[in-house]
Amino acid sequence: MSSNKNKKILLGTRKGLVVYEKLSSGWKFREDHFLGIPVSIVGIDSRNGHWWAMQDHGHWGCKLHRSEDEGKTWQEFEAPKYPEGEEIKDAVPATLKYLWDFATGGPDQNGRIYIGTEPGGLFVSDDNGKSFTLNRALWDRPERKEKWFGGGRDNPGIHSIVVDPNDNDHIYIAISCAGVFETRNGGKSWQPRNKGLRAEFLPDPNAEVGHDVHLLVGYQKDFNIMWQQNHCGIYRTTDGGANWTEVSQKDGPANFGFTIAVDQNNPDVAWVIPAKKDEYRVAYNLSLQVCRTDDGGKNWQSFTKGLPQQHCYDLVYRHALAIAGDTLAFGSTTGNLYISEDRGESWECLNTHLPAIYSCEFV
Amino acid sequence: MKVHFTPALKRFVPNLDSIEVQGSTVADVIRNVETVYPGLTDYIIEENGALRKHVNIFINDTFIHDRKTLSDIVQDTDNVYIIQALSGG
Repeated sequence: MSSNKNKKILLGTRKGLVVYEKLSSGWKFREDHFLGIPVSIVGIDSRNGHWWAMQDHGHWGCKLHRSEDEGKTWQEFEAPKYPEGEEIKDAVPATLKYLWDFATGGPDQNGRIYIGTEPGGLFVSDDNGKSFTLNRALWDRPERKEKWFGGGRDNPGIHSIVVDPNDNDHIYIAISCAGVFETRNGGKSWQPRNKGLRAEFLPDPNAEVGHDVHLLVGYQKDFNIMWQQNHCGIYRTTDGGANWTEVSQKDGPANFGFTIAVDQNNPDVAWVIPAKKDEYRVAYNLSLQVCRTDDGGKNWQSFTKGLPQQHCYDLVYRHALAIAGDTLAFGSTTGNLYISEDRGESWECLNTHLPAIYSCEFV
Repeated sequence: MKVHFTPALKRFVPNLDSIEVQGSTVADVIRNVETVYPGLTDYIIEENGALRKHVNIFINDTFIHDRKTLSDIVQDTDNVYIIQALSGG
């Protein structure tokens, strides 16, 4: 691992891309980019060090920018476009609403990147973002118009793209609301992987499609193991999504929330940041806490050291928790940024005056 | 006709300035603007050809009526204004 790895935090915020840097004196604000422009998510291409900023202009639509020199310069690329005539539902034209997730192909797929979007299209580029193609197999699934719907946003959206590091053709995506889908042939066909999830908001909670996954994360060393923070609890799979088991904390805070992180050295260890559902959407008990399990979700511990314990309305969005070894960072909707260097057991506040934070990434 | 742009767009197209273009509809105008300022259309129009929700186009002092296909008629003597709507915060 190079000495510069994970020494910066990139934040996608409502008012631009904010960079923090670890110096000998601690984590410090370094710079901002795209001041005033909402950055829905920041993507890192670990194959070449490129930074990607996905923007959501209020007026001018979604934009895509790439930096090859860690933010010194940026180049705009044409954002993905839905083909003419495509529809979200009958008579509702499909146009790009939001760029919600970014992922890269495998190390031997130079130039392959994926972008998940609202209203539900997965776009693929094989020329490092110069052009994008809508993945037809997913978009053309027969149930899409009837059984995919908006959850976190007005329309269905892909917020999780998880590419198996050992098999480029093996990819999971998660849609809010539809659920998890898997391809084993590079996107030529997709299958729902939602067995065991419960969608309490559907007439049939065990429906094959219609689940509100908030975030899906994989254990990189063994993709049979994945975790998800779902609208209806926390779930884990040990068989590649064939079956999901709820591991929420009964009568405890580790239940509802948006984000989740898994320890990439131990698939039994995961973190969540609980919130109060459904119509409240504030920190659990108006106190900020981070919950960790060390045993695959059987037990959860709450950590509060360094976090506000009263009058706290912070929500932590799905992409706003990042992990790098024993270090975690998260940002909240109320512009607070926290860092922990001890696996989430204690926290330092780095800023209380940032814009709403949408995404958090170590680089 | 002459086309004028909100100064807000100069952040993305630094050399942007008012221009004279030809055309008989607003859609024609936008197509011809794109030839002068490549990429600008994506800031104004969605991929299905509709005007973005928070963008307004005036012909002289009147809002265009057709935001979906931009079929409003323009005359050579008209001024066309591409303006950002007031929204957000």
